[in-house]
Amino acid sequence: MVESEVALLLARIQFAFTVSFHFLFPAFTIGLASFLMVLEGLWLATGRGVYMTLYKYWIKIFAVVFAMGVVSGIVMSYQFGTNWSVFSDKTGPIIGPLMAYEVLTAFFLEAGFLGVMLFGMKKVGRGLHFTATCAVAGGTLLSAFWILSANSWMHTPVGFAINDVGQFVPDASWFEIIFNPSFPYRLVHTVIAAFLTTSLIVGAVGAWHLLKNRNNPGAQVMFSMAMWMAALMTPVQIFAGDQHGLNTLEHQPVKVMAMEGHYDSHPDGAPLILFGLPNDKLDRVDFALSIPKLSSLILKHDLNAPLAGLDTVAKEDRPPVAIVFWSFRIMVGLGFLMLALGLFSLLARWRSKLYDWPLLHRFALVMGPSGLIAVLAGWVTTEVGRQPFTVYGLLRTADSASPLAAPAVATSLLVFVVVYFTVFGIGTLYIMRLMQKPPQIDETDLPNHPTRSAGITPAPASLAPDEGRASK
Amino acid sequence: MSGIPFDLTVVWAGIIVFAIIGYVVLDGFDLGIGILFPTLKPGTERDTSMNTIAPLWDGNETWLVLGGGGLMAAFPLAYAIILPALYAPLIAMLLALVFRGVAFEFRWKDAGHRAAWDIAFFSGSAVATFAQGITLGALLQGITVSGRAYAGGWWDWLTPFTLLTGVSLLIGYALLGATWLIMKTEGDIQEKAYGQARWLGIALVATIGAVSLATPFLEANYYERWFAWPGILAAGVVPVLVALTTWQFFHSLALKRERAPFFLTLALFALSILGLAISIWPDVIPGRVTIWEAAAPPASQSFMLVGAVILVPVILIYTGWAYWVFRGKTGESGYH
Repeated sequence: MVESEVALLLARIQFAFTVSFHFLFPAFTIGLASFLMVLEGLWLATGRGVYMTLYKYWIKIFAVVFAMGVVSGIVMSYQFGTNWSVFSDKTGPIIGPLMAYEVLTAFFLEAGFLGVMLFGMKKVGRGLHFTATCAVAGGTLLSAFWILSANSWMHTPVGFAINDVGQFVPDASWFEIIFNPSFPYRLVHTVIAAFLTTSLIVGAVGAWHLLKNRNNPGAQVMFSMAMWMAALMTPVQIFAGDQHGLNTLEHQPVKVMAMEGHYDSHPDGAPLILFGLPNDKLDRVDFALSIPKLSSLILKHDLNAPLAGLDTVAKEDRPPVAIVFWSFRIMVGLGFLMLALGLFSLLARWRSKLYDWPLLHRFALVMGPSGLIAVLAGWVTTEVGRQPFTVYGLLRTADSASPLAAPAVATSLLVFVVVYFTVFGIGTLYIMRLMQKPPQIDETDLPNHPTRSAGITPAPASLAPDEGRASK
Repeated sequence: MSGIPFDLTVVWAGIIVFAIIGYVVLDGFDLGIGILFPTLKPGTERDTSMNTIAPLWDGNETWLVLGGGGLMAAFPLAYAIILPALYAPLIAMLLALVFRGVAFEFRWKDAGHRAAWDIAFFSGSAVATFAQGITLGALLQGITVSGRAYAGGWWDWLTPFTLLTGVSLLIGYALLGATWLIMKTEGDIQEKAYGQARWLGIALVATIGAVSLATPFLEANYYERWFAWPGILAAGVVPVLVALTTWQFFHSLALKRERAPFFLTLALFALSILGLAISIWPDVIPGRVTIWEAAAPPASQSFMLVGAVILVPVILIYTGWAYWVFRGKTGESGYH
């Protein structure tokens, strides 16, 4: 490999590493912010102390995860320029405004109200504090909106012209650019994924504490809420994922060929390859276990519908099949396990045993990280499936990088790996420690007097959301 | 210079300068507290100082993202040339901000390792500041460009001048931190901060002088810009304003004013940035690329302008509200 190829490979590894690490945090905080909003809303509506207890329990975890999301996110906003300067120059006129809107509508909103949410309980009234929580939750969703729009445009670019210096410039209404063909599907699929990720983590924490003490009311409430979410949203997510896949088939058929492992075209019905070892050298899937015609049925709703394969695509325009093939199966497999967990919880609920079946709790515990893994697997599928392009079909990854020297990128990659594993590893340890403590019901129910003088019910300082900030 | 059109691109150059001022004004003082951290005693002093900025730092740092994101959106070519040119200092800054940002949360979660997270907070703040100062200096001294890309080496950013600007920014942010503590604390911490502000003020004036003297001689056109009409207007007015502000600053310290030193330091920063903007104008990469050459097409700039015109005032209002919620002196017990 010549040095520029090494530098390119290192830059790709660095981007993949930093963006994967980064996305774990918003995948959790998008759902967690909404969960906190629901908890505080329920507390205000019902006056039940258990909701405020859970709010205070989860906001401590939220603060740590959010901080890690912020600092790893700033890295992303600069890495476009440091490592992918040609991409930035060429797509800046289209991608740039979308990201600028993310900063203006979402980042400031989240950051501006986060301080009040974390530290302002005693400083502002209940209504204003709830407003701050809602603003943070809304901010996380707006952020998802804009960054997924920008990302989706890279998959399904529309509404552009190419000017005389080779830049993609807007050439249609911004509405058309923002709502590019894959965006609605990707937005729905990703936001539901974030909600599921959070509910699986919350459910695992609830399950852990139920296994120790099935009568803990805080653990019961969080487990029940999480299992409702898993039971109701997993089927919706499977449907949304299927729709997203059909959209991909329409706009990025090559990605679907890689997901399916279809090296060969099938003029009269393509098989669904369940498992096998994709072999890019010989253009075939070794040891394939497949069901005839099922792929055509799923993708075209017709057993005999023809499906083109990678043999119709030039070698240099294909993504690496094995990565896409496997990451897709990991995501789908975990999705069906989530469905099983949701159904199991419905059965337990129907039999009034939701808090009494240790097997269910063990299952939920094991499934705790499954959302995070599925989310990463999904992103690997869609991003590696877009290769060898950054802007699908138009701008090659190899033509997107900065004029980089390999030693510089190698050094930065090494430092990123060491720092991220150290800092975020320690952060994860702190989160686990917080999760290990059972939720203690310290909040008395709110008296049913809405006109009662303003102020939050006094709580022992040790369980206030800003716990520890004063302790030495 | 009279033939310069007033257009969207000029407006966007103004917005980027505004974002940079917003960033320096807001994140400067909380980075400064990190820089001063070793001078604060473990326990009450450090906890109180941290509590003065804990609810605000995240919003402050968002201006850095706006500066970067705004530059990519409005001046993609500048973003694409400047960032690779400053690869090492920018990566160092980003990693330093990681350490510093998580320290806000981590130091409370792990009393056994609080001393280690305090070191992370200090070194993260100091390295991030130094890297920003180097970035500024490297931009001023000039960047090698070929076609639409950076064409210099990986160590071009490291010169005596950039080290000077790096040190200057360390002193400047530390001064912002000290004057912020004067405003937000009482007793021993405040007394200590008064002493620090005096020495840092003297040091800052010295470095502003040194940078100002060095800048016009970096590139011929800085010299011409400052000392030819109409640059001479700015060249005459800005130093006078700096001198007046400096005098007011030391006067307010002597009178033990609590707020004035902070806001006068901010004024010094704003004047310095304006001075730099005048030096560079109308280039975005000095001597190489003008703002018009780097500009995104009008369709991009106008789309964003709608958002900026509506949203920036809204952001300022709710950011102001957050500052209002946490107004007044911060006790050691934080926000209970």
